[in-house]
Amino acid sequence: MSGIDFAKLSVASCADALAKKEYSSEELVKAIAANIRRNDDKIHAFLNFDEEAALRAAKESDARRASGKALSAFDGIPVGMKDNIAVTGETLSCASKILAPVKSPYDATAVAKLKNQGFIPFGRLNMDEFAMGSSCENSAFFPTANPLDTSRVPGGSSGGSAAAVAAKFLPSALGSDTGGSIRQPASFCGTVGLKPTYGRVSRYGLVAFASSLDQIGPLSPCVEDAAIILDAVSGHDPMDATSLDLAGTHALAAVREKRDTQLKGMKIGLPKEYYASSGLDSGVAKVFGEAIENLKKLGAEIVEVSLPHTEYAVAVYYIVATAEASANLARFDGIRYGDRKAGRDLVDTYFKSRGAGFGAEVKRRILLGTYVLSSGYYDAYYLRAQKVRTLIKRDFEEAFKSCDLLLTPVAPNLPFHFGEKSDPLQMYLSDIFTIALNLAGNCGISIPGGVDAESGLPVGIQLIAPSLAEEKLLGAAAVYEKQAFAFTGKPFGC
Amino acid sequence: MADSKIDIAYVAQLARLELDPAQAEKLQGELGNIVRYIDKLAELDVTGVEPTAHAISRRNVWREDEVRDSFPRETMLANAPDLVDETLIKVPQVLPGEGSN
Repeated sequence: MSGIDFAKLSVASCADALAKKEYSSEELVKAIAANIRRNDDKIHAFLNFDEEAALRAAKESDARRASGKALSAFDGIPVGMKDNIAVTGETLSCASKILAPVKSPYDATAVAKLKNQGFIPFGRLNMDEFAMGSSCENSAFFPTANPLDTSRVPGGSSGGSAAAVAAKFLPSALGSDTGGSIRQPASFCGTVGLKPTYGRVSRYGLVAFASSLDQIGPLSPCVEDAAIILDAVSGHDPMDATSLDLAGTHALAAVREKRDTQLKGMKIGLPKEYYASSGLDSGVAKVFGEAIENLKKLGAEIVEVSLPHTEYAVAVYYIVATAEASANLARFDGIRYGDRKAGRDLVDTYFKSRGAGFGAEVKRRILLGTYVLSSGYYDAYYLRAQKVRTLIKRDFEEAFKSCDLLLTPVAPNLPFHFGEKSDPLQMYLSDIFTIALNLAGNCGISIPGGVDAESGLPVGIQLIAPSLAEEKLLGAAAVYEKQAFAFTGKPFGC
Repeated sequence: MADSKIDIAYVAQLARLELDPAQAEKLQGELGNIVRYIDKLAELDVTGVEPTAHAISRRNVWREDEVRDSFPRETMLANAPDLVDETLIKVPQVLPGEGSN
């Protein structure tokens, strides 16, 4: 077997090597599995992986390629799966005890679309239970460590996906983003993470947390990979009534066309409420300031914009998201599937199964959501939050009248140590830069912006585009990524 | 604005969640803080603002009412915690009365 250069592991590099017959898909999958077995005991990105199933798929891929019938340039490349995205025959635990015994009977549409191109779903990646959390510490099984500093969290909730990509265990992975769950771990682990426009990617087969906010998206080592995965998974799906009636994206073409250009003529808005945020860690603020200068050097015009309802976004989010979660998680009762704890009758079985099956953060959110929807409180909380959501959405529409993209930090803080943030409200407040986007529905990407000089930890920057402007967003991100080496002396990307 | 004192026992009853007393007390404090924080929304005047339920507004989505294949019964029962005759999901007693379990 030819050697696989794990340092350069990406979908793009694997596609190139497979085309040149440097290795087969079977050799790639074997090497990846061996590397994970050797090194994941320090990271714990994976809940489990089925090497035999992946090897069967790899052999089929090699046979297709040998007979000139490869399904795409990416046939035979493994992609990791957050454990809330359904793959036939695999676990779908959402890192929760209540779903620990479940095996998925079907593929999520995003997974089926990846398989249609020959991608091989590989492994079940750890997460905060039911995607509720920002550190991966809420997994019911074990926490995942940040591969860049194993005493720190990888972020969350897609912490396993970000860690697997950062540790070079897999070329790319799927995650899900309800309030920043792709972008924040991407920032903490120094990878790229994309939240597509709401409705771009079908949610069929994604275990629902907050249905009006959830989106599947890629975590990748570079913008090019994120584009490849987005192109593969996007597009209308009759199985998801909220899926937009549009064909898939052509983001890879946009990335390849744009990345050697500059950003002349592009206006990038700085939301003054974000920039003025007093809670910004000094290391994050420094990298953010450098990113602004870098964008100017690339020819972009920086303009100040305002998102006046920013200070209400966290409150709106934790009302809307928990209300939807309390309804969505009502289906987990230990009767038809999952872990049942027998009680004296049906209702008592609900209480016991849910009491034992859900962890502390999930209970907290179910209770908050139940409260804001309960009789007498609905108008004051839920309905009012939906109205403020309208104002937040209008803020973005107004801001995009005077600029093409927005630039913001991803998280106010550097990756923190395990157990460092124990107050739930403080943890919620750290979502400030990522959640407004989910409420408004438009797309955003976290890309490596630089490194904190003191700790050496990565700091992501977030570019935000209007709804359905993924091609423009990824094109600009690719320009920044390509130039980042020259600006910082640190290599980023594939 | 509503009283921000949340009655955990009542809400847990609505949510069908069993909580041990230590958990309930901790949650009482934590959720009290969170509710005080979200009360912030009362500051805003939202008169005449339409609520947004979904990020992208959608009309009802219709499809033809036609017969389609569904999953085989054994596939759907494979994850059930308890079965009767391998064909039915066994559930605990639904109505109160003499135990049948």
